[in-house]
Amino acid sequence: MNRDLNLRRRYWRDRLMLLLLGIGTVLALLVLFLVMGYALVNGVAALNWDFFTKDMKPPGETGGGLRQAIVGTIIVDGLGLLLALPIGIAAGSLLAEYPDHPLTPPIRTLADTLNGMPAILKGLVVFVLIVKPMGTFSGFAGAVALGFIMVPIITRATEGVLTLVPKEIREAGLALGLPRWRVILSLILPAARAGIVTGVILAFARAAGEAAPLLFTSFGNPFLTTDPLKPMDTLPLRLFQFAISPYADWHRQAWAAGLVLFALIVLASALARWATRRRL
Amino acid sequence: MEETSVPKFFMRDGALELSSTKELVHLEARDLSVYYGKRVGVGRVNLSLYRNRVTAFIGPSGCGKTTFLRSLNRMHDLTPNVRVQGQVLLDGSDIYGPGTDPIQIRRRIGMVFQKPTAFPTLSVYDNVVAGLKMVGLRDRKRLDEAAERSLQQAALWDEVKDRLRAPAAGLSGGQQQRLTIARALAVEPEILLMDEPTASLDPISTQAIEDLLGTLKQQVTIAIVTHNMQQAARISDYTAYFLNGELIEMDSTSKMFTKPNDKRTEAYITGRFG
Repeated sequence: MNRDLNLRRRYWRDRLMLLLLGIGTVLALLVLFLVMGYALVNGVAALNWDFFTKDMKPPGETGGGLRQAIVGTIIVDGLGLLLALPIGIAAGSLLAEYPDHPLTPPIRTLADTLNGMPAILKGLVVFVLIVKPMGTFSGFAGAVALGFIMVPIITRATEGVLTLVPKEIREAGLALGLPRWRVILSLILPAARAGIVTGVILAFARAAGEAAPLLFTSFGNPFLTTDPLKPMDTLPLRLFQFAISPYADWHRQAWAAGLVLFALIVLASALARWATRRRL
Repeated sequence: MEETSVPKFFMRDGALELSSTKELVHLEARDLSVYYGKRVGVGRVNLSLYRNRVTAFIGPSGCGKTTFLRSLNRMHDLTPNVRVQGQVLLDGSDIYGPGTDPIQIRRRIGMVFQKPTAFPTLSVYDNVVAGLKMVGLRDRKRLDEAAERSLQQAALWDEVKDRLRAPAAGLSGGQQQRLTIARALAVEPEILLMDEPTASLDPISTQAIEDLLGTLKQQVTIAIVTHNMQQAARISDYTAYFLNGELIEMDSTSKMFTKPNDKRTEAYITGRFG
């Protein structure tokens, strides 16, 4: 009798916890949907064929698009990812696989510091290191700045996932007489692939949303260019400039820029998942 | 290669004679100790593995038999805080000697672990030839031959020959364990170290692997750690009994299970202890 009562109470407690979890989930999703919905409602009006196929118009003139910023975003973000990916994965592998290596503690500290460093400061560093010596703002400099944002995130994510790979896989590989680098490259990294991709997507999304580090690196450009050594336009940068402008048409286009940026990131994530899916 | 008419097996308190004759020493541990930090995992073990014989290591949990086994192909190298002292002579030369490459050693002395660890991202075929392909062997024909030969040896060929391209993770536990044995055999080691290879398997898979050892030993020397004394009695030619990080005694399996020299061995084997 007593035990039955106890059991009933436990069932109720279970239901209560489930309810709390449900409320938490709804609250979190609500914010996401609010942001997305607001961007959608405000941005969709400015989305048309011209938006993707025409460059921006001078202030005051209505119409035009943001082709130059969309193309620039793809180039700058892609180049940044290309730079950050090998460095981040290599550093993460070192941290996870060689805990006794003398470079491990300084690299871990560096990654954490870099992670906590404001993005605009990274832009400033790149300005001094690349823009000044090259004598011009450039898409390449912007890519390096975004790379600075991605590297520490990829590093720490890679380290985290690699430590989750069972040590039996390492030992089995070594017991076959494989060199250590081969075990890491051919057995451990593939086993951790899904987790690494998640980390890379997070890093990419984070960097792709940044406008601050691009202000004095890629600088912006109202005209289309595919030369990464020239100043290049990007969506976050354009969004920022349009949003603080006094023109209603630019405000609408800023919303649309946000929407397109969001879609680009989702598309890139889906592509990354697809390209690294299990083939077996 | 060292030939001993009466193989010697040393203990701390002096020499002890084995009851067998005419065996060839393949691998010999001399005064081998393994330390975990300051703690002694295994202390001053002297033991020989004989060519084409199965040697079983028995003893209660935590007695150091696995620790000892792992020191025989330098698997402790990568574990921080573990230190190995003494010598392990492979055909007379020390695998811990200066200038010895652990990678070369591990190609000659393979290892099979307790948990079946098929590489989850690879196919059955790629698992078996991993030790060859990943060091640069690209010759399709030789890889195919090696794959078939080792899968035959591991008594797995008939079960997987139609699904060589399927993911290895889809095999059952017993099949995966035989796959890891095939994988170890593919690089053609001289010695195979097995750490409780049947501990996580059902009786039928266990039987399959035990049957395997009888034929395998014609090509390789085998050392096997087991918790199961019946298994040691069934499959081994020699048995070594470990207790508290020490080798208590080693002798032919028939002698160990009928009239062991040490009363601690007798207590363990008759089930009065451990």
